[in-house]
Amino acid sequence: MSNNTYGFDQDAALLKDSARKFFSEKLPVDKLHELVANDPTLGRAPRSNWSEELWQEMIDLGWSMVAVPESAGGLGMPAVAVAGLMEECGRAAIPSPMLSTLATTYVLAAAEAIEPLADICSGEAATLAISGSRDAWDLASTEVTYNNGKLSGTSYYVQDVDKVQKILVSAHSDSEILLFWVDKKSNGVNIDLDTIVDLTRDQGRVSFEAVEAKPISFKGLSALVEAMPKIWMLVSADIAGAAEWQLQTTVEYVNARKQFDKALGFFQAIKHPLVDVMIKVDETRSLLYSMANSISASPEKATQLAHMLKASASDLAGFASGRSVQSHGGIGFTWECYVHIYFKRQKHSQMLFGDASWHRARLADILIGPVAA
Amino acid sequence: MADTQRKDTSEQGKFREYCREWLANNHPGEPGVRLPQSPLEIMTNEQMNYLQQWQKSAYDAGLVGCDYPEQVGGSGRKDCQRIANDEMLRAKTPYFPNVIGLGMAAPTVFYHGQDALKQRLLPKLFSGEDIWCQGFSEPGAGSDLASVQTFAKKSGGKWIVNGHKVWTSLAHFAEWMIILLRTDKSHKYDGLSYFVVPIKSALGNGVTVKPLIKITGETGFNEVIFENLEIDDSYRLDELGRGWQVAMTTLLHERGAGDLHTPRAGGLKSKSAHTSNAISLISLAKEVTRNGKRVADDPIIRDRIMNCIIREQGLSENQRRGRVPELLDHPMRIPLQNKLLSSEIAQEIASLAMDIEGAASSLYVGDENAPAGGQWPLAYLNSYGMTIAAGTSEVQRNILGERVLGLAKSK
Repeated sequence: MSNNTYGFDQDAALLKDSARKFFSEKLPVDKLHELVANDPTLGRAPRSNWSEELWQEMIDLGWSMVAVPESAGGLGMPAVAVAGLMEECGRAAIPSPMLSTLATTYVLAAAEAIEPLADICSGEAATLAISGSRDAWDLASTEVTYNNGKLSGTSYYVQDVDKVQKILVSAHSDSEILLFWVDKKSNGVNIDLDTIVDLTRDQGRVSFEAVEAKPISFKGLSALVEAMPKIWMLVSADIAGAAEWQLQTTVEYVNARKQFDKALGFFQAIKHPLVDVMIKVDETRSLLYSMANSISASPEKATQLAHMLKASASDLAGFASGRSVQSHGGIGFTWECYVHIYFKRQKHSQMLFGDASWHRARLADILIGPVAA
Repeated sequence: MADTQRKDTSEQGKFREYCREWLANNHPGEPGVRLPQSPLEIMTNEQMNYLQQWQKSAYDAGLVGCDYPEQVGGSGRKDCQRIANDEMLRAKTPYFPNVIGLGMAAPTVFYHGQDALKQRLLPKLFSGEDIWCQGFSEPGAGSDLASVQTFAKKSGGKWIVNGHKVWTSLAHFAEWMIILLRTDKSHKYDGLSYFVVPIKSALGNGVTVKPLIKITGETGFNEVIFENLEIDDSYRLDELGRGWQVAMTTLLHERGAGDLHTPRAGGLKSKSAHTSNAISLISLAKEVTRNGKRVADDPIIRDRIMNCIIREQGLSENQRRGRVPELLDHPMRIPLQNKLLSSEIAQEIASLAMDIEGAASSLYVGDENAPAGGQWPLAYLNSYGMTIAAGTSEVQRNILGERVLGLAKSK
């Protein structure tokens, strides 16, 4: 496989292409709007709007197991191919447990947890319960504890929890952090969905009351540390795909909309910021495929490239979203216009697993060294 | 570097080995003269002689113009110039003095000149024996380049040129100029034609070169005045009235978006000339203190340095992704960003370097207490040359918006 092309081979191109066609056919943006934006009521009860049938089709296509190693029965596709698939998920703003399942897969693979990976291959969706109520991006922030074979405590910001069957939980056990594979329906597992801004995802708090469990591996925190760069890659890919949708949709609008007898795009106050959005999309996409390729080509660079990538992607998410609504003017401020769906997804992704300044601070610790005491 | 090597074709791999070995034995060493930050500020004959000798030796070794066919002075290689460039940068060589020639004149003459003209002009352009300059901008024609007024009047088989070009870098050393001339006053775009003009031989005889002083205090660019200069029709590139199209070839290459890789050397670090990449800000920030602490420990400065490093990395990854058609939405989308981004990132880096230096950033070249010899304030001032020249950043954004995104044209 030639490194000249980031290892982005025919299989990767085919996967990306078929995902784009699949989503544009099955869930075009008007259908997406009907699906997720059917109730604008402020303060409505939390719920997840999604199509289980569509998710089942994605499973049947093998997409939920693309990242499971071949040795564990999966497709074992390289990270560049997975990045391509995630870009298309972002472009379609697809409500599904795809990102969570892939993220969980990377942790399970790092922990060499064969049986849970078999569950993924059998079509089960999974998510990570690894955050505490504070310092959610710190991998040691979990408030769940493991004592005498039982999990207790609450996990926060658990993504897509309403859509999954399995939960990968991190918990403090004596002085270390270990990982546990819990069925959502187990006794003692209680889920409260959060009311969130993003209409295309769900999120919740998961509390464990003396839930029986066994560690899946002797690796705990180290598996999380190893998998995190790939998880940042997944979110960044989603952001890049969604941002390209925001860009193209906004370009279409400003070409069609006329004011002062001219298309809005004629005016440089509109034109130049949209060019800057394009530039930022390209920066993120270039870092995305470079980082994905580094996982196999130069693993020693993967973590720092991943920090660069998610910092770039988070800035992109905020910037592209702001320009998309602003350039649409009054209509962009309404519920009926589609841009708010992407705006809200991007603002969620922007903060998910670390925002830009958090990632730059981590990168600075690597490149400059820690702040002197 | 192992990463770079794995991407080479077998021809590129062998050529890389060759370049590396040649450079190990033929690096010209520290110059005996003080060099400016870029070839656009070369002021003295000593500087020019040293740099011309270096370009000639690199050309003779096959490191310059190697992707061009042998008939015009190249080596007929395939996509090897960037390999030579990589290796020259790695070896921290001086830059080439004939930058306008290599980057703009060569591809333009190659694509639009007649065979005899190419064979005559290109070898000495590549070797650096003939320095080139570019006559595009005029006092009344900057961003609106097509409004140039310097006029060529037909007289028998000759043309008589009158007019005024400005911002002409290297004109004070140049043998030749590429020039955009008006040959018809009734059509803005179709009234333009493109020529090469021997200027050194006409100095005092139809051509006057007057130096302009830059905001840095350096010279290096000029105004060039034409008074009844007679030139031969054989110096015309392409058809009469096709000047605008020819100029697009020049500009595309000038902005790093052309299909011929410009021969490029550099990286030589000395106290008078250093490269200014974002990583170098880290050591600067470790040296300077503020509130009794290293500036490198200030969270805002750390954030800004990382932002520069990320932008710089993104730009270099753009080049790489630009070679993967499956990951490109539009063929010109990445190439047309090069000039805009490299100039704006360089400006941001220099600006941040001054912020890191704090009070000491007031000390300029020539002050013995100036950090890094006052190079950062000099680089910051000079950076505006790059965000203005070759189409301002504002013009670049128009081009990207109109040609790539398809937004309504502003003209």
